[in-house]
Amino acid sequence: MKIYLYILVMAVTTYLIRAVPLTLMKKPIQNRFLKSFLHYVPAACLTAMTFPAILYATDHMVSGAVGFAVAVFLALRKKSLIVVAVAACAAVFVTEQLIKFL
Amino acid sequence: MKMKEFMTGMKAGLPVCVGYFSVSFGFGAMAVAQGLTIWQAILISASNLTSAGQFAGLTVIAAGAAMLEMILTQLVINSRYALMSLAIGQRLGPTVGTGKRLIAAFFNTDEVFALGMSRGKELTTTFFVGAGISAAIGWTAGTAMGAVAGSLLPQSVRMALGVMLYGMFIAIVVPQAKEEKTILYSVIFALLFSCLFAWVPGLNQVSGGLAIVICTVAAAALCAVLFPVEEEVAAE
Repeated sequence: MKIYLYILVMAVTTYLIRAVPLTLMKKPIQNRFLKSFLHYVPAACLTAMTFPAILYATDHMVSGAVGFAVAVFLALRKKSLIVVAVAACAAVFVTEQLIKFL
Repeated sequence: MKMKEFMTGMKAGLPVCVGYFSVSFGFGAMAVAQGLTIWQAILISASNLTSAGQFAGLTVIAAGAAMLEMILTQLVINSRYALMSLAIGQRLGPTVGTGKRLIAAFFNTDEVFALGMSRGKELTTTFFVGAGISAAIGWTAGTAMGAVAGSLLPQSVRMALGVMLYGMFIAIVVPQAKEEKTILYSVIFALLFSCLFAWVPGLNQVSGGLAIVICTVAAAALCAVLFPVEEEVAAE
């Protein structure tokens, strides 16, 4: 039974983290620093999550690096989300297979 | 019109749905391996909708640790959602009511957040929830499949699928950075800090979730000081 209590505590904590800032801060922020800060949060956060984590997501760092390079290359050419994502996976898979043969 | 907006959101969330499926597949398999039932694994994914947070939660459950540790782990690893929720709340504007916000909040994940922000001024809670439901379906269904099938897929395929989410992050960030020079600087700063936390002895002891928060706050604050946005840009 205790396992359900864990799950409940986990879910409620996570929900509150998401809900409190979204609900209680409705009025537009006037502070220019805070506005600018929030403008830069999304790209900074996604970047910090992606690199260097992608290098450790595969069996060999090389394949992660290849997947990263392929994704950046295609994203620079404005390919769609799914094309970039699938190409990165394919690049990782092919590189890992190649490493096995070397 | 509302239905159309909702469907637009669900469609936008499709790549997230696919990406989540592969990651949560791993979560499902791992949860069952740790002694949870299939339904418990599904319940965790359906009620949490986080990746790193759930993986960490599984460790806490398996260790039979104190509830306080569960709370702290989730607070630290998921704290980035507070920043994201704050940004979404600001983007929605003061006209959007509390009820809609309470519903939208549940679906705020890294990828759904990115989809929402990429919509600019047009962002509505209807679109956000549509995208979120797509994501939640992929996440929960993937967990179910993973829990049932265990390690049916060859490891090489599962590992390759593991970079799918990173690929999506890159597809979101790179065009923005290409378009706007100041965004590019925020990306470079975040990249630099993130590498420091990964590779500098001492700093690399900081947990992954907390490191992401520190890197994000530091890079965004630095850019806010160096390149404060114009009033009309900030209002977007």
